[in-house]
Amino acid sequence: MSAYLPDLIETMVKIAIVLGMNIGFFAPMLAWVERKQSAVMQDRIGANRADIFGFTVIGLFHSLADAIKLIFKEDFIPRGADKLLHTIAPLIAMIPALVTFAVIPFGGHYVLWGHDVNLVIADLDVGILFVLAISSIATYGVVLAGWASNNNWSLLGGLRAAAQMFSYEVTMGLTIIGLVMYYQSLSLVEIVAKQENFFHWGIIWHWPAFILFLACAVAENKRVPFDIPEAESELVAGYFTEYSGMKFVIFWTAEFIEVVTISALCVVMFFGGHQIPFISVQDIVNYLMDFGPNVANLVAAVIGFTVFIVKVVVLIFIQMTIRWTLPRFRYDQIMKLGWKMILPLSLVWILIVGVLILAGIMPTP
Amino acid sequence: METLLFYLFATLSVAFGLMMIMARQAIYSAVCLIGVMFCLAGLFALLSAHLIAALQILVYAGAVMVLFVFVIMLLNLREKAGLRSVGDMATQLFFVVVLGVLFVPLIASYDAPSATKLAEGFGSTAGVGTLLYTDYILPFEIVSVLLLAALVGAVALAKTRMR
Repeated sequence: MSAYLPDLIETMVKIAIVLGMNIGFFAPMLAWVERKQSAVMQDRIGANRADIFGFTVIGLFHSLADAIKLIFKEDFIPRGADKLLHTIAPLIAMIPALVTFAVIPFGGHYVLWGHDVNLVIADLDVGILFVLAISSIATYGVVLAGWASNNNWSLLGGLRAAAQMFSYEVTMGLTIIGLVMYYQSLSLVEIVAKQENFFHWGIIWHWPAFILFLACAVAENKRVPFDIPEAESELVAGYFTEYSGMKFVIFWTAEFIEVVTISALCVVMFFGGHQIPFISVQDIVNYLMDFGPNVANLVAAVIGFTVFIVKVVVLIFIQMTIRWTLPRFRYDQIMKLGWKMILPLSLVWILIVGVLILAGIMPTP
Repeated sequence: METLLFYLFATLSVAFGLMMIMARQAIYSAVCLIGVMFCLAGLFALLSAHLIAALQILVYAGAVMVLFVFVIMLLNLREKAGLRSVGDMATQLFFVVVLGVLFVPLIASYDAPSATKLAEGFGSTAGVGTLLYTDYILPFEIVSVLLLAALVGAVALAKTRMR
């Protein structure tokens, strides 16, 4: 048992980092960013009322106020609703968003006190497939919520969500096939390791795949302009019309964590993960060797993690900007975009990548 | 540890399977079937077939079952009041017994292969892909054409209905 103990502690620490980062930092920060950014972009003075002793800290306390308010709100289950499904639906929506983070590397490989540390919770051989598989489960949270509420708005929202998420799942899988062919691996850890050279970053050759993937991912997350399942002008709030209090917060948090997951996936697949262009992890460790190997590795790990987070934040910002820029698509437009445009384009891209790799124009790293 | 997990997944999948046929609401049956798919994926993972495990969740739990749930929602199959009728129970019991009897000789005659060491990379994505595109290329292509034909057929049927 004692032999497993360091591994156990290591895994626990990594899970704590991932959970703390998502629930403790990103979820409340994104709630604030969404308000503040919309205010700035729409030329309003937004989110500056909540204060503690007169300090408002540019509206940051609103996230805290929201959390306190929603925890103490009544948890209402409508009459005729399915109590069990109504209760577990938010959890089914939330858990996949967190679980996908298990295979996303948020740093490289370091040696600390003679112990190999790989900054990823689980290095799976089928990493990308795992992400796709688990995120396909998130559909049920939304669909079951729509069903269990016993409300026609909710049911319509759930139906729309099922059709939309299913369509874009298929397409999302196809958009990254070219990338998998290029890196010759499904493991996200291996994909990041192969991006050590800046010219092997996914975005260099695979920028069309990046655009297609991001479009699919935003659609999968049901955010504006793809938020037809919760279109407030037609369906009140769609599938979560009948949700209040903590359950509502869980849906909300799940959506924000999915934004983070999408950004992290993009960073790992297209933007080199924790790597800094032209400076390898080994360079940093060698440079700091005077302070001893442990300190050098630890500092390198912190730098890698910070770089990863900075890249993720940039991609989150892009997604947030999309949200406040584009109007909502109609249902038929969403379906046409997914099946008649992105799907054929991603198939064409797979063909092009195949030809380029075979012709030797795009050498695989 | 692996034995423990095996028994966990095996028991759970049987339990979910039973709950699926016992559930009074179609939606609960669907949810239980998703549970069965998950447990099967777990069993595949234990057999070091990680690719099959991921595909099991992606295709069956993620895609096929979404369509089941979609249809249940579309038809709005709500709960029927009251307990199951005696006739239903009798039919179920009858089929359980008949199938059980049919399975006994099958299980008795099953000769478990002795444990062999798996080849390097067995069940990995590359391993399965290589097998599919070398030894099993003909069945693989035939299945693809068959699926394509089914797809075209479904579209053709839907189109005539619309006119």
